[in-house]
Amino acid sequence: MMHFLLLFSRQGKLRLQKWFLPLPERERKKIVKDMTTMVLARKPRTCNFLHWKDLKIVYKRYASLYFCCALENQDNELMALETLHRYVELLDKYFGNVCELDIIFNFEKAYFILDELLMGGEIQETSKLSIVKSIEASDMLQETMEEYMSKPAF
Amino acid sequence: MSDVVEKTLTALPGLFESQTGAAKITNRLRQLIKSITELTSKHEEENLIKRELSAIKEQVSSPNTTMKQMREIMVRAMYCEMLGYDASFTYIHAIKLAQQGGVLEKRVGYLAVSLFLNEGHELLLLLVNTVLKDLQSTNLIEVCMALTVVAQVFPKDMIPAVLPLVEDKLSHPKEIIRRKAVLALYKFYLIAPNQVQHIHAKFCKALSDKDPGVMASSLHIYLQLIRESPDSYKDLTGSFVTILKQVLGGKLPVDFNYHSVPAPWLQIQLLRILSLLGKEDQSTSELMYEVLDESLRRAEMNHNITYAILYECVKAVYTIHPKAELLEKAARCIGNFVLSPKINLKYLGLKALTYVVQHDAKLALQHQMTIIECLDHSDFTIKRETLELLFRITNAQNVTVIVEKMLDFLCYVPIKTLTFAPDNSWFIQTMNDVFSIGGDLLQQDVPNNFLRLLAEGKPEEDDQLRLYAVESYLTVLKGHTSHLPQCFLQVMSWVLGEYAHLQESVDRREVIRLLTQLLDQRSVSSETRVWILSALTKIPEGQTDLILDLAESLSSSQDTVLRQQAQELRHLSQDSQLREWVLVENSCAVDSSLSFLDGFVSEALAAGAAPYKPPHQRQEELSLNLEPYSFSLPVSLSSCSITDRQSPTLLSVSSGLSGNSAELSTLILEGVKRVWGKDGYLPQKEATAPPVDEPSAAVQPASQQEAAERIEPRPEPSTQNQDKQQLASSLFVGLGVGSSVSLLGKSEAPPPRFRKKPRPHESSSSSGTSKRSSDSSSHSSRNTTDSFLYGSFPEEEPATSISTFDHTPKSTTANGLSQNKDTKEDRHANTSQILGGDMVIVRPSTIQDKHPPSVSSDLTALLPADLKDLPHSDVISLTSDPSLSLSSCRLFRDEALLLVIFISNCTETVIKDVAVQLTCEELKVCTGNVMDCLEARSTSVCHYALLMDDPHTNVSLTGTVSYQTQPGHTNTLPFSGTLSTADFIRPLVVTTEEYGKLWLSLSHDVKQNLKLLTDAGDPLRTTLNALKDALQLHVVDIIGSEGIVACRLLSGAPCLLHCRVNGAALAMWLRSPHPALPDFILYHCQRALAHH
Repeated sequence: MMHFLLLFSRQGKLRLQKWFLPLPERERKKIVKDMTTMVLARKPRTCNFLHWKDLKIVYKRYASLYFCCALENQDNELMALETLHRYVELLDKYFGNVCELDIIFNFEKAYFILDELLMGGEIQETSKLSIVKSIEASDMLQETMEEYMSKPAF
Repeated sequence: MSDVVEKTLTALPGLFESQTGAAKITNRLRQLIKSITELTSKHEEENLIKRELSAIKEQVSSPNTTMKQMREIMVRAMYCEMLGYDASFTYIHAIKLAQQGGVLEKRVGYLAVSLFLNEGHELLLLLVNTVLKDLQSTNLIEVCMALTVVAQVFPKDMIPAVLPLVEDKLSHPKEIIRRKAVLALYKFYLIAPNQVQHIHAKFCKALSDKDPGVMASSLHIYLQLIRESPDSYKDLTGSFVTILKQVLGGKLPVDFNYHSVPAPWLQIQLLRILSLLGKEDQSTSELMYEVLDESLRRAEMNHNITYAILYECVKAVYTIHPKAELLEKAARCIGNFVLSPKINLKYLGLKALTYVVQHDAKLALQHQMTIIECLDHSDFTIKRETLELLFRITNAQNVTVIVEKMLDFLCYVPIKTLTFAPDNSWFIQTMNDVFSIGGDLLQQDVPNNFLRLLAEGKPEEDDQLRLYAVESYLTVLKGHTSHLPQCFLQVMSWVLGEYAHLQESVDRREVIRLLTQLLDQRSVSSETRVWILSALTKIPEGQTDLILDLAESLSSSQDTVLRQQAQELRHLSQDSQLREWVLVENSCAVDSSLSFLDGFVSEALAAGAAPYKPPHQRQEELSLNLEPYSFSLPVSLSSCSITDRQSPTLLSVSSGLSGNSAELSTLILEGVKRVWGKDGYLPQKEATAPPVDEPSAAVQPASQQEAAERIEPRPEPSTQNQDKQQLASSLFVGLGVGSSVSLLGKSEAPPPRFRKKPRPHESSSSSGTSKRSSDSSSHSSRNTTDSFLYGSFPEEEPATSISTFDHTPKSTTANGLSQNKDTKEDRHANTSQILGGDMVIVRPSTIQDKHPPSVSSDLTALLPADLKDLPHSDVISLTSDPSLSLSSCRLFRDEALLLVIFISNCTETVIKDVAVQLTCEELKVCTGNVMDCLEARSTSVCHYALLMDDPHTNVSLTGTVSYQTQPGHTNTLPFSGTLSTADFIRPLVVTTEEYGKLWLSLSHDVKQNLKLLTDAGDPLRTTLNALKDALQLHVVDIIGSEGIVACRLLSGAPCLLHCRVNGAALAMWLRSPHPALPDFILYHCQRALAHH
């Protein structure tokens, strides 16, 4: 089970955080700080895994953005790496050639997509097509509902 | 979902308008983000956010704010929170938004809630009604959102409120709802397993759901359930096997494929479940052999996700009841992982090995060279994983080497390992190292366990160990102590307090003096002071004066605990009777009759309590039927003793301590019958292996040599390889098969303490394949790094005498670096004042050429005869002024790049004191030379041999020439130039076979598609030839649409290129032992092809 997932930039700026287990605010901030310093200090051509306390950190850099998640000991690191990759693929499909700015400006959308992919720290849906479809559908439905509601009632 | 899409499509025209509206809404956020990026300091950001938050505060409390505006405000608030600022005043509004907003607002509201509110936040209670309402909504999306938020934030005590509704959703017609409901229930199960116990039957329904997504989600719950009690779910094994078979057979919709692998996440989940079910259960395991075999077979594609599946599969094979055929296949898979150049796979391979060596230590033997390499890996994670692996294969024979390795790393040294210690002095010495190096970073149980080990030993047996400890600590304390870590000081003071009396020869006053000395040190923490004082208390009386002094000085201490201890110490030292009473010599004396309880017992009896009866009496009285139990008792006892005898760990502990390992190995092999043991691997074939201390070198050299070559593909083992092999032999000694124990043909037991020799100066991993001559010359050129060599050539002796060079003995040999080495010594004295460059050869040859030698093409004619034939670049003009002109030319020699600088005198007068200074930071060259005079219209040639250690794309050279046209008037002329990596690359002549071997041994690789030159008939050959011309590569072979090419950097690092025609592109795959080299070569290949 994934414990948390963080997205941060090369400068260590947090872009997205998802916590699958309840943690006090102070603890979260400390973890974010630890993760950014640890992951950013990694040299190129090292492996994508780290040990941290009793968890395993799996991270991957996509352009200027680091995707970083924490796993339990019995979890499969390589699978987590592919889960991250699937998330990136989804973002890419949704935004079309996604870049860090897309995620900064539309971070709530990035959260919505993540909520379709993972739930309770486990993979929920792996089909790229159906996730994007359901996100787009709810986007559109919401927009049209809004239109509908805001129309003056005669 | 399709009806939803239809509905929305009809509303498309309106949709576009609304999206522009949405764009307007997010404008404020955009502004905020933009202004934040423009800020320069943290302070400015704080101010900006403070302003933003107060604006938000104003807006949220205004009654005129619409829900739509509120949504936008909430997004901004989320952003501020993400930056780490407190926006808690918006929390209640987030709940309101989820409650009252339309669907769009609701979504943002729920997101804000899940980000802001932790489980247990009191405001969450306000959300329950909203969630209940949404769970019952007819709008699918609202139901989805409610389920998501429930799984994200609902705490234990709020689950009952929503549980019935979530449960109902398990039979919802829409699969997306069913799926989310299953996962929400999984989350509930994790937080409060008792509350969902009654729905286990429904989980079973979810498992057989017609939608594979719902079924896959239910596996999360099942994995958890099975982990807790595998026995209750054995009957499901068949179903799981069938599902996995279907997945492997491609029965799932293509939608579930990930990079054309069918449902990998599902596969992995199933494999995990199967391994739990088959663990220690032969009949269940038999059900899954077939599907595991197929799984191993199917996962062939070269993609991370297939490796993830393979890894899980291998783990499953080794967890369930073993089947030889599967084990063999799995072992091969592990081999692929470990040998992979991809570092992630290597890591996973090490992990798999660590898991597997508990069952089969031979596997570690197969990969010993890789393990050794990983031990020195620059990646911390890999190193740590390797040590974990080594820890698992620790035995009495390799313990010294492994512990040494662990000390290097010092994350932790599990004391368990040290129970194998060969002798007392080694043990204590090692622990000293551990404590002084690891210090306070050690986990607390390391010193604790160590002290327990000392304390629990039998007095007669372990007194020697204690004595040794006391002795060694006294020596340590007599030295410099201020740098010692606190925990070491604590350990030492405890041991001295407890066992100093064992050592007759030690003066107690000396012990007290050493300990009190510690108290005076500033660096000693107050906790350690307490330890020291307790130790002083334990040292027997007789030195009252010293103790009293000490107590006196401490009685004014600021620390109350210390003051109290000092008081106690004073009282105890003054009152010997009290002391005897408090500190009993043998503290283990126990009053077994419990006489001190007599008063209490008689009181209780008087109050009517039943008198105590010993257990046997009670049992008789109970008169319950004990027959079955008593009858089985002797049986279990005897079986117990048998297993005890078989346990290798127990035996190795005892004999390990006695230090007689030959005895140990015979002892082990008697007991061993099984391959699988709970205590780890049980070595199998020791019976056939020769005893370790036999001179085995003569017996089995051939087979060992063979083994060495099989594992180590390089044809000529270099010294470094030998180092590694020696390390391997000492690490893997005592593991399994005797013949492969030692790769070097000498196996000794116990192994000698192995110290790694310092690495040779350069990476000799290439030496095996690079030509011998180049190797030796690069060695010799290294030796001369600091010397300044120049040679002059008899056949072209310049007519003008240049006095500076006159005193150098003329080398009679032709120019050659290695030959010049012989005369290096006598020159050294003259040249030591000149800053040493990497390799410098200056050849001052002024040519009596009366024609102005300004045309550059003529200049190459001035090259010394032996250099003329070398391939060279065009002569380029570096710089010039009215009196001097400088040109340069690059000559490609086999072992170095020769940079030739021509200095031409363009005037009709003699130029004096010409000094050339050349600097190149990247190549670490900084050198200069001087000649007294340069005749009119003549040219002098200097050449410098350059080597490149670390590749750079381009290196720049700068330099100056200073000269005097008139005495006392110095002119300076700066010049600069660049050299590219391409200049330092030479062809590497290898055969296809050697290439293949080398390819496998290299770890750093880069892949890239390059342009293919398609203008000729054979595009691959044309392209490779173009590369060969530009870069001096050696085309090893061209087979069909693939070509292999090899080259090396001058310093020795080889680089192998594998080219394949891939449509209109050339897929280039480069490998090298040097991490950066492939990148640079690739860069130059790209350039060469672009320029072509």
